[in-house]
Amino acid sequence: MNIDRRHIVSMKDFTRDEIDVVLERAIKLEPLARGGRSDILAGNILALLFYEPSTRTRMSFETAMLRLGGSVLNLGSKEASSVVKGETLADTIRVISTYSDAIVLRHPSEGSARMAAEYASVPIINGGDGAGHHPTQTLLDLYTIKKESHLEQLDIAIVGDLKYGRTVHSLAYALSLYGANITLVSPQQLKIPDQIKEDLKAMGARVSETENLDEVLDSVDVLYMTRIQKERFPDPTEYSKVVGAYKITEAHLDNLREDMIIMHPLPRVYEIDASVDDSAHARYFEQSFYGVPIRMALLTMVLGVEV
Amino acid sequence: MTLKKEVRVHPIRDGTVIDHIKAGQAMNVLRILGITGSSSAVISVAMNVSSQDIGSKDVVKIENRELMEKEVDKIALISPNATINIIREFGVAGKHRVELPEMVESMVRCANPNCISNTNEPVSSKFEVKKGPIRLRCIYCEHVITENIVEQLL
Repeated sequence: MNIDRRHIVSMKDFTRDEIDVVLERAIKLEPLARGGRSDILAGNILALLFYEPSTRTRMSFETAMLRLGGSVLNLGSKEASSVVKGETLADTIRVISTYSDAIVLRHPSEGSARMAAEYASVPIINGGDGAGHHPTQTLLDLYTIKKESHLEQLDIAIVGDLKYGRTVHSLAYALSLYGANITLVSPQQLKIPDQIKEDLKAMGARVSETENLDEVLDSVDVLYMTRIQKERFPDPTEYSKVVGAYKITEAHLDNLREDMIIMHPLPRVYEIDASVDDSAHARYFEQSFYGVPIRMALLTMVLGVEV
Repeated sequence: MTLKKEVRVHPIRDGTVIDHIKAGQAMNVLRILGITGSSSAVISVAMNVSSQDIGSKDVVKIENRELMEKEVDKIALISPNATINIIREFGVAGKHRVELPEMVESMVRCANPNCISNTNEPVSSKFEVKKGPIRLRCIYCEHVITENIVEQLL
């Protein structure tokens, strides 16, 4: 097992043991993420290439790097870079590889991170490739579940956009490595693609599907809500039909198991009412924070730094 | 008593006979070989011929041409049981079954329009080939092509 100095493109590149190594390292680094200072990454430069908007992924990588004493190079807006002149991603990656020690890439095309890894001379970390993968999100989700619930014998409901939501496919895959019981809750038109469901079942995951959110509320350990993403719908009328179909409000709280936690990769739009934020079930803001220790752990690994 | 074997298409002197093509795929084989009818090449096509091995099959005979490896790989993707007979001076100079490669490169277009291999990036499409019912998995976006592979051939 060797995660040092390698690309992080897809959760499918990870074994369960490797995931556990990342999670354990994040536990060690969490005190630093909470405001500590370290210089273990001093002298290292992380390049952030975001071709699509991002708040949490971009800023938590920056925070992780800065708190560990490293530096950050930012592509900035596409308009301010050579991208606007028509430079290919492959060329940009080759160039930025010579300026930095690792690259975080978010790009609208599926497979962009895999291609970038072919051209890069430094590790590539996939920060989201279109509707494809977002492995660092999955790892922080697993970390949240480990810290706030339990990864063994987990009962989880994943709710909302299971067709276009990139985080969901990676998360379901990773959870299947832990033998989780996964209930997929979505409207008919946003069901998980058959291909992915077949892959999960082939891996031995216990997967069931329902359209009824109420059915699962009193039985799961984790309720994982997702945003129904407008930009993934080719047809705006299809979007308006399904938006808001799955929403958690204060009214649901009485029916929840006491120790059940609610997660959301954020940003949320309509899926979780603000009245839920102060309940004992809400964990989505902690989840966002956990992106920092997880990204600290990954950065130390790809940069080959012992912790 | 001798049975007279019916000859549907006359033997060729030099060229290639592609036999055991999955019934209905002969026209797609011609498409793979770039045979549009606008050239002077002599081509014979037999469709839905009964076959002891596979029920019914198509056969394509091409005079004065031997196939390139890439063409054979493409035929394998749409008809994995096809056989290639190389004919020289009316005799079979070589006979082999097509073989599904484990990986195909620059041969198939990814069916996901948002895949990086469908952009102006200097990258060619690459697929892992899985047997059984043939499945092509894009190594970039992981999209799987199972149907209408012929429509995606480059």
